[in-house]
Amino acid sequence: MAQVSIIADEQTSLSSSKSITLRISRYNPKHDDSSIFTEFIIPYEKWTTVLDAILEVKKYFDHSVAVRYSCRQASCGSCGMMINGKPRLACFTKISELNSNVITVEPMNNFPIIRDLAVKFERMFESHHKIKPYLIRDDTELESDAKEFLQSPKEVEQYIQFANCIKCGLCNSACPTMATDSSFVGPQALAQAYRYVADSRDKGKDSRLKIIDESHGIWRCHFAGSCSQVCPKGVDPAMGIQLLRGYLLGFRS
Amino acid sequence: MRESTIMKIHYGTAIAAVALVAVHILMRLTQGFAESLEFESVLANYKFVPYAIMLELILILLSIHGFNGLRVVLLELKQGRIYEKAVSYGCLAAMIGLITYGSRTIIVVNMGLV
Repeated sequence: MAQVSIIADEQTSLSSSKSITLRISRYNPKHDDSSIFTEFIIPYEKWTTVLDAILEVKKYFDHSVAVRYSCRQASCGSCGMMINGKPRLACFTKISELNSNVITVEPMNNFPIIRDLAVKFERMFESHHKIKPYLIRDDTELESDAKEFLQSPKEVEQYIQFANCIKCGLCNSACPTMATDSSFVGPQALAQAYRYVADSRDKGKDSRLKIIDESHGIWRCHFAGSCSQVCPKGVDPAMGIQLLRGYLLGFRS
Repeated sequence: MRESTIMKIHYGTAIAAVALVAVHILMRLTQGFAESLEFESVLANYKFVPYAIMLELILILLSIHGFNGLRVVLLELKQGRIYEKAVSYGCLAAMIGLITYGSRTIIVVNMGLV
C-alpha cells in the first residue's frame, strides 16, 4: 500500500443520503512492484451491492479498474473478491450489510492476479477437470432401455448441495492449505469429487478416489472449515472432504 | 505407497501410542517420580522384557507418527519433485535411524554391557 489517491469531490449526481469510501486494490503485475489502494466516495442505497459500487467507479471515476463480472445474481461465479478481508461475491454482498463506512476490495487470495481485482482461474479449473467432474458409466441414457437413470429423493440428497457449486473460487481463496501448498487440489475440486462419488448414477468412484489419494490430495486438508464458511451457495466442502475420507478409510462404501 | 495407507498408519500409530504411553505413565506412578528416574530403576525397567518391549513399541509408534507428521509439514511448506523425494526418503531414513538408536539402548542393557 505505497500510495493512496483520494477522489472525494467527484461524487455522482445520484441522490443518496448515505455514502461509503470504497478502497480498491490496484495492481498490474506487468509493471507494478506492489499494490496500492485508490479511494472513491460512492453514494449507496440499501440495495446497492459492492459490484454496483465498483461499476459506479468504472462509470464515473476510473474506467481502468479491472474487475470480472457477468450475471450479477450469484450464478456465474465471476466476481469473487476479498471484501473487507473476507472472500465474497461482489454481486451478492450488499454494502448495507457490511456495517462499515469503509469498504476495501482486493483480489482473491491464493490466485495469481491478472490486474486489480481480476484473478487467474486456470489452476482451479485444472484441478476441477482433474477429478473428472462428470458421470462415468458405460451406458448412456440414450441407449438404455430405461431412458432415464432414476434416483430416489434420498439418493439425490446425498450430493445435491454439492451440485450448487458455481466455481467462484471463494473456498480456494479462504483455504489455508492453498496458501502454502501450490500443488494442493483444493476444496472446490474435492467437493466436486464428492459430488460425483456420492451420485448413485456414477460408476467412476474408484478412479476418482485414486486421483485425490495422493501426496497433495485430500489428506492435506486440515479441516479449518473456512471453505464452507465463505461459500455463497451453501455448499459445505469441508463436510464433503470428510465424507470422501470416509470412503478412503473404509468407513463408507 | 498410497497416501491413504500412509495416513491409516499415521492415525493408527497415534491411537496406539496414546494407549501405550498411558500404560507407561501409570507404571511410572507406581514409584515416586525421582525414584523412577534413578539409574538402577531405569536399568531394571529395560531388563524387564515385557516392559522393554512396550518401550520399544512406543519408540517405533512415535517415530513413525512423528516423522510422517514432519514429512507432511515439509511437503506443505515447499513443492517440487526432487524436494518431495528428498523429504520423503530423508524422513524415512531419520525414522529408521532414531528407532535403531533407541533400540540400541535396550539391547545394550540386556546384553549386560552397562
